[in-house]
Formats: sequence, C-alpha cells, structure tokens
Amino acid sequence: MKKVLRRHWPALTLLAPSLILLGVFVYGFIGVNIQISLTDEQGLNADANFIGFDNYIALMSDPRFHIDVWNTAVFSVAFIGVSLFLGLGLAILLDQKMRGEGFFRSVFLLPMAVSFIVTGVVWRWLMNPAEGSRMSGLNLLFDSLGLDFLINQWHLTPTWGMLGIALPAIWQMSGYTMALFLAGLRSVPEEVKEAARMDGASELGIYTRIILPMIRPVALSAIVILGHISLKVFDLIIAIAGKQIALDVPAIYMWQTTFDAYNFARGATLATYILISVAVFVIPYLIFTTRKEKV
Amino acid sequence: MQTLQKRAVKTFAASAALTLGLVGCASTAEVEAPATDDGAPAASETLSGSVEVFSWWTGGGEEAGLNALIEIFNAEYPDIEFINGAVAGGAGTNARAVLATRLEASDPPDSFQGHAGAELMDYITAGQLEDLSFLYDEQGWVSVMPDTLLPLITVDGAIYSVPVNIHRSNVMWANPSVLADNNIEMPATWDDFFVAAEILDAAGIIPLALGEQWTQLHLFETVLLGELGTSAYNGLWDGSTDWAGADVTAAVETFARVLEYTNSDAASLAWQDASQLVINGDAAFNIMGDWAEGFFRVDNSLVEQEGYTWAASPGTEGTFQFLSDSFTLPKDAANRDQAIAWLTVAGSAVGQDAFNVQKGSIPARSDADRAIYPPYLQSAMDDWASNEVAGSLTHGVTASNAWKADIDTALGLFLGTKDVAAFQAAMVTAAG
Repeated sequence: MKKVLRRHWPALTLLAPSLILLGVFVYGFIGVNIQISLTDEQGLNADANFIGFDNYIALMSDPRFHIDVWNTAVFSVAFIGVSLFLGLGLAILLDQKMRGEGFFRSVFLLPMAVSFIVTGVVWRWLMNPAEGSRMSGLNLLFDSLGLDFLINQWHLTPTWGMLGIALPAIWQMSGYTMALFLAGLRSVPEEVKEAARMDGASELGIYTRIILPMIRPVALSAIVILGHISLKVFDLIIAIAGKQIALDVPAIYMWQTTFDAYNFARGATLATYILISVAVFVIPYLIFTTRKEKV
Repeated sequence: MQTLQKRAVKTFAASAALTLGLVGCASTAEVEAPATDDGAPAASETLSGSVEVFSWWTGGGEEAGLNALIEIFNAEYPDIEFINGAVAGGAGTNARAVLATRLEASDPPDSFQGHAGAELMDYITAGQLEDLSFLYDEQGWVSVMPDTLLPLITVDGAIYSVPVNIHRSNVMWANPSVLADNNIEMPATWDDFFVAAEILDAAGIIPLALGEQWTQLHLFETVLLGELGTSAYNGLWDGSTDWAGADVTAAVETFARVLEYTNSDAASLAWQDASQLVINGDAAFNIMGDWAEGFFRVDNSLVEQEGYTWAASPGTEGTFQFLSDSFTLPKDAANRDQAIAWLTVAGSAVGQDAFNVQKGSIPARSDADRAIYPPYLQSAMDDWASNEVAGSLTHGVTASNAWKADIDTALGLFLGTKDVAAFQAAMVTAAG
C-alpha cells in the first residue's frame, strides 16, 4: 500500500480535485436523487417518509408514463435507425475518393453545430400542420409541387407524432454519424481490400463481408451516442411542441411534475428511470471497450 | 383629469430625482400624491437599503406595467434600491422553477409574484409566507378590495398576498364581420354555439380558434363554468360539488363536442396565433383571457366592435371568472421592511392604476380612476363590481399546483383518447 502511494502520489494528487468534484456533484447527487425517489416527498419543505419502491410501481400503471415510453421508443427506433442508415450511406459515398470530398463532408456535418433549440424552431415552421389557405412550410411546398399525398400532420399525427420530432433530429445528427463511419471506413487497411479484390470479390461483397464487419465497433459507438441523445431528448420537443401530453417524454414529465407540481418524489423517480434506461445502453458498451483496451 | 395631472407631476419629480440625484425633491413631491390613498407610515420615508422583487414580467405590457410600478416605488422610497429579479419565459413556469430552488435553499427574494389563490397553497403549507392581514388592516385594503375577492384569497383567516390586478378568463372574442356575414350573434349558451358552428363550418370558417394545450385547459374551465353554473363550479374546488356527478359528465361531453369545431392545428399555435385566426377572419370565435384585448387593440391596432368584439363565454353571463397577479412576503425575507414598502405601493390606488393601464388589466381595488382605462377594461370594471365571481383553474386561483397538474395531464390524455369516462375518473382521483 505504502509503495503504491509513494509511486502514484503525484498522479493521485492531480486527479484528486476532479475525483472529489465528480464524486460529490455527479455520483453524490445521483445517490441523493435515488434516495428521494424512495420517499413520498411532495410540496415545498415537506416531510419525506421512506416508502420503498412505491413510486416506481405507481409509475408502471401511470397512463402518462405509458405514452412517454411509447414516444421514446418510436423516437429512438426512427432516429437511431435512420441516422445510422443515412450516416453509413453518406460515408460510403464520400469514401469513393471523389472530388470535393472535404466540401461535402462539411456540408453534411454542419447541422450538428446548430443547437436542438434552433433546429426545433426552424422545423416547427417547416412542419406547420395548418390546412387550406393557411398552409405553410413543407406542406405548402408539397402542395405547390402537386405532391398532395405527402401533405400530413407531421408531429401532430396521433400516436405516431414522434416520427415528426425524429425528422429534425435525423437531419441534425446523420452528418455526425457519417463522420463516425467515415473515420471507421478510412481505418480499414487498403491491403485487405486489395487482397479481396485479388481473390475476385465483388465491390458489394467487399462491403458486406469485409468492411462492415470490421467497422462494427464504430457502429456500436454510434448507437450508444445516438441512443443516449434519444433517451434524454427534451429541448427539441420543447422547441417544436412545448409541453403537451401527446408528445410527452420522460424528461418533460420529470420537469413538469418536479417544478410545476412540486412532486419531487415522482420527479426523482423519473430521473432515475432515465438514468437506468441510458445506463442499459452505455454500461455494456463501457465494459466492452475497457475489455478491449486491456487486451 | 386631476389624477392625471398629479401623475404627471409625480412622474416628472421621480425622473428628476433619479437623474439629478435630488433626493429631497422626491419627498416633497410625494406630499400631495399618495397621501389621499393610504397614508403610508411616515417612518418608511427614511427607509434605505434594497429590495429584490421576483416576477415573470419581462416583456410587452407586463414589463411596462412593472416599470410603471417601479417608477412610483422609486419616487416614494428614493433611498431603497429596487432589484428587478424577473425571470423570463413560459407564463411563469420557468420563474417558478427558479423560485422553488431558492425557497428550498432558504434564500427567498424579498417579495415574489404569484397568482392569488390556491397556487400559493404550496408556499403557505410549507410555512414560507407571512400573513399579510396586518397590512390589509393598516392600509384599509379590506374596505377597498371587493367582498367577492377576499374570501377566495383568504386561507384560515389569513391573507398571504397583495393582488395588483384582475384578469377575466371567461371571455369569448369574435370577428364582427364574420358574424355579420353569416348572420350570427354572440352565443349565449353552448347550444347556441353549436347552431352557429354548423353554419360557420358549412361556410368554411373555423368556428372556434384554439391553441396549444394550456389554452385548451383554459377553454375547458370556461365550459365547466358555463355548463355547471357558478355555484356548482365553485363547489368543485371546495368539495361541495361531486366531480363524479352526471352534470360534470355532461360538461365534459360538451367540451368534447366543442373540440370538434376547432382548428386541427391547435397544438402548434400559441394563444396569439389563435387570436390572429379570428382577426384574419379564418375563425369566428376564440376563448381567451382578457389579455387578448391588448393583442387586438394595441398589437393589431384594431377598433373595438369593428375589428373585434366580445362577450362572456357561453353560459357565463353575469359571472366574472378571474385570475389575479399578486405579491407576497416570504418569511425570513432579508429586507422585510423594504418588502412591506413595496407591497404598500403595489396595493395603493396610484400604484394599481399605473400598473394596470399598462398591463391591460383592471385593478383589484374598487376605487380606481375609471376614466383612464380603455372601453373594454371599463366594461370589465363594471362586471367586476357587479358580477358573481368564480376562480380560474388554469391560472392558479382554484386548485393547488399539484391538483392543477393532475387535471392538465388528464386533459392531455383526453385530447388523445377522447375517452370522457377516463377523463372524468382521472379528475375524480385528482380531487380526492
């Protein structure tokens, strides 16, 4: 022990401030949050009694929470799926050693620099669901192009409204996914591809059999990054639709129940739920990567 | 006219005192102005230090009203530094979040804005507000504020806030030319509305313009009031009316039917957008609080009865469904005396007139200077003085924050499912 200390004390001293701050402000507060979620704390300065997992059980039969879970699922599947698909497609196209690659890369990557709030406001106008003479945004564009069948209610479509919210998110993040995949594609050694060509593999075969399996870790990173964004989505929805039950997600429910209704226990329960759902995504990934680094 | 002149003198004196730093001037100017209205304690003239007042008035007429009030405060108490702790956004939801954290941390502002009524219950039960009855006695407010208002803001014999204004929530706005073109009059009941709505629908006009979810809760409360009647509606909030009753079912069914005559893009519109539909003639009617009057008259430069007209929402003639912004005195306020000075100004006739003309609302006091208000507000003042009074749910009078949030959630679910029974059952649970 002494020996370890003597050898590592400079590193430990340098790490100590951030370890302490992280310990208090991240892990400490996660602990406090979980503790509150196990009580019945409601109202300002109210007494809190330990009630075990009652809040979690109550949440399971809360119709609003059912909508939240459904909305998050619809959003996540659409957002992650389409972003991966578009990102990979764009990356493969850009990987063809074409001219002006740098220009296109920037063009596709740029939306990522915009905040979700700005994206949301712009898309709120684009996805205006007004009908008839008040039609505007994309619906007006479709109308003037004679593509009437494409006119729809966007995010106000019953049940599937979250697909409308996923659109701007896909617009914003598929460029970023492209950049991740492009880096992955570039890391595949040229020799491997050459060897495959020598053996008579088709270009399609090279992608499906060799390149894609080799960039699987990149895909996993992309899923984790997109996944935690989609599970915590809040600002984008607020900017597009405000606080309305039809487009409710756990983060908005948490905000409203905590700060509008002062139901701190339920707010903490929702926060814990969000944390767990993200952890389910991230922790296996962390284990996977640390294991790989050790090898 | 007399008062206007006084105001001009006072405003001039105030700005002179501020710009030139002639502190002595202000107190001389004060001698004539507020002496009539409430006789502020003489000692307060010498108060110094600062006062932090927390609100969500950061734009438009609200901010102008607050500034007018601050100006009067500065003139009356030149040595107190006024710290404007306004937090922008969301009709106060952002401000309440900030306020909640400050109260939890026992770091309250010296006075904060809140809707008068049950919305303050959280603070009251948490023991965070001082009883202001002493100030009401001292300033004689009990005799100048309406008898109909005081019981609604009194909790166990104590009054915890000073209302500065009154808004009316049960107002139906309409486009007069659309009404004339279709031979329609302002509907007195919801049944009348349905008859008119059929005609409008056939003419390709949206019968009732509607906005995002909170405006739908607002519509719902006026339908409840109109269908149940004033005493049964008020009974919903003190337990004397049964939420599970057949009359509530009928009211919810009426509400569901009203929704069928609204624009399909409601959820994407702010209340101003919905009012705009009426202005443009795309829609005939809209139900919104009387802050919409400022939007018609000031923002769109319309003339009343030509560009817009109004009536009590269907079934509520003779009832004034109100909401009120008020200021409080938190316990352990760092500058208690200065906060009381602020509340004294906020509750004075001069202060309320200056504030409300700008904000576009009527004073809570019944002794206001009627002549300085525009026609709509004069009619609202007459109604306020003579009507029965009911509280607004959406704007914090009748239900605590938690109760209101539960009803709001139930409404949101109902908008998706249109399941009347489930909506009513959720409201029964929320009331229990």
